[in-house]
Amino acid sequence: MLKIKNLQAGIPGREILKGISLEVKPGEVHAIMGPNGSGKSTLSSVLAGREDYEVTGGEVLFNGKDLLDMSPEDRAREGLFLAFQYPVEIPGVSNINFLKTAINEIRAYKGLPPIEAKEFLRMVKEKQALVEMTGNLANRSVNEGFSGGEKKRNEIFQMAMLEPTLAIMDETDSGLDIDALRIVANGVNKLRSKDRSFIVITHYQRLLNYIVPDFVHILYDGRIVKSGDKKLALELEEKGYDWIKKEAVGSV
Amino acid sequence: MIATIENKKIIPARLEGEFQTLLGKTFASEPDWLKKARQQAFSAFLEQGVPSRRHEEYKYTDVRKVFAGNFSCIHNEAHTFTPDLGKLSIDRDSIKLIFVNGWLYKESTLDAPLPEGVVIGSMANEGLLVRNDLLRNYLGRSLDKNNDPFVLLNTALWFDGAFIYLPAGSRPERTIEIIHICTGGTELLASPRHLIIAEEGAEARIIEHSVSAELEKKVIINSVAEVFVHENARLNYYKIQNENRNAFHLHTTSAVQKRDSHFDTNTVTLGCDWVRNNLNISLEGENCDTHLNGLFIAADNQHTDNHTRVYHGQPHCQSNQLYKGILGERSTGVFNGKIYVERDAQKTNAYQSSKNILLSDDATINTKPELEIYADDVKCSHGSSTGKIDEDALFYLRSRGLGEESARKLLLQAFAADVLDTIRIDSLKNYLEALVTQKLSF
Repeated sequence: MLKIKNLQAGIPGREILKGISLEVKPGEVHAIMGPNGSGKSTLSSVLAGREDYEVTGGEVLFNGKDLLDMSPEDRAREGLFLAFQYPVEIPGVSNINFLKTAINEIRAYKGLPPIEAKEFLRMVKEKQALVEMTGNLANRSVNEGFSGGEKKRNEIFQMAMLEPTLAIMDETDSGLDIDALRIVANGVNKLRSKDRSFIVITHYQRLLNYIVPDFVHILYDGRIVKSGDKKLALELEEKGYDWIKKEAVGSV
Repeated sequence: MIATIENKKIIPARLEGEFQTLLGKTFASEPDWLKKARQQAFSAFLEQGVPSRRHEEYKYTDVRKVFAGNFSCIHNEAHTFTPDLGKLSIDRDSIKLIFVNGWLYKESTLDAPLPEGVVIGSMANEGLLVRNDLLRNYLGRSLDKNNDPFVLLNTALWFDGAFIYLPAGSRPERTIEIIHICTGGTELLASPRHLIIAEEGAEARIIEHSVSAELEKKVIINSVAEVFVHENARLNYYKIQNENRNAFHLHTTSAVQKRDSHFDTNTVTLGCDWVRNNLNISLEGENCDTHLNGLFIAADNQHTDNHTRVYHGQPHCQSNQLYKGILGERSTGVFNGKIYVERDAQKTNAYQSSKNILLSDDATINTKPELEIYADDVKCSHGSSTGKIDEDALFYLRSRGLGEESARKLLLQAFAADVLDTIRIDSLKNYLEALVTQKLSF
């Protein structure tokens, strides 16, 4: 599904990702952990197509197509979804209208007719329940005046509506209390399927108690320095990031 | 050398001769007081001439460029154009007053049953012939402190316009729609003059919609609307400017509000080559409520200038201004908002906000708030912001599958929605939302 080969990227004058390789197969959940500044958010931004970052080397294939060559909207239309670390507030744009436009543009890209009003409403109702969102929240302007937890739930709600094949969650757990975390994780777990993959980027092991990953990768200084299964996350929790930093320095 | 040219008084070439002709013909049968008012206004205009950019009020707006052509201010009702009323009207059920180049169009539909005493007609007919008592009482009365050269010019030259009289307590249910159409193949100066009187407790909603049709030559529309909102009366007055690029539109709304009255305005400018709007509101009674909202969208090298002035003469009044502009390509905009609070106007609440989005590096906006406050127990504020489209929001929308074009449009529509949401006529709101969407495709 996703093949990242030796990806190098950064902002002008500073390389942040220094050669990342990762393969995600359908239905797999990969967790990427790492200390602050290791390049986690840069990786998600580059995959989603944020123009602030410059790719200096390597390639990314998404279902065999060159992902880095696509516009952000085409990546979404091909089935990629990014749950933002900091969802943007957009006053005046209603959540529902925006989602309907998004769904219809994705459908048009696939050669499908616009979604029927009835079907859309049924979907909204069903997917809202997934993240315990009230009708009111869906009708408000996108993220405007939402609490931190509401914003993250809205991300998962959008994910559920757009039905991506690969979802990247960028520190979705950061700053959430345990109840909000549980709601978000439950939502994600219900969306897991044999065709849908996840890349869960997090700083804390806590989230992985709820969303149990198939693989855990540790990112440090722009490289994946260690990969393993879910036990690696526990080991990291116990030993802390200093352990990785020392090993990484030692190996140079 | 340049300074000498700038200082020279500019009077359009044919103006003086044509004014004399009009006095001898078109205005000949008018009552003496009106002819005298025209002559006084014309002399006062001649003293000033067309202002240069040294004139503080016209600093950012080149009005000499507009008056440089060889236009005529003598023209009659004749035109070959047949208006498609269904297409030009915004509200299907409205009471319509249709003007072509400043003259009442003969087939205007005025068969609507009106509440007793209500007059909805034209200045030349209902104003001059039927209710000249009202005309004499009110004409020019809102303008005492206003010596704007173009208001003077309009006072000298007007032929016709809307005449709306709402006696005490009257409330026409239907919206009143003034449609002004510019058309034709000769350069001209049209000077529509409107008079709107809402007596005590009267209520009405008025749309003034300016459009062009088969307009092939440059036309200057220099319009003035005088509005009187008496005690406890409520008026909604919405002005839509959507002529084609041959139109140059100067407009002044001058309103006087009495105690406990409510006046709601919205000025939406989507067309024309060049626009200058003056909106002057004088709060002359306690507990007045006034709203000044505006939206303008310009592209290419269009120019839109909105000047507002709210005079707080009495205590416990509230004024609220929200103007938003979207400027693309090489277009230019101006917002100049003046709030004047008299010493006795305690407990005044006066707010002003001007927000603009520039879609290109070549677009410019000049915003200038002017607050003069002589009372010490007031709440007044002004804010102005100018920026580009929010790139983070744009990326967020695109990352959900929206194309760049539709994401951009959605954000701009949301920006404009704040202003359009204040409109209390659903048909007008829907009409403008569709029109704005169409205008944003540049």
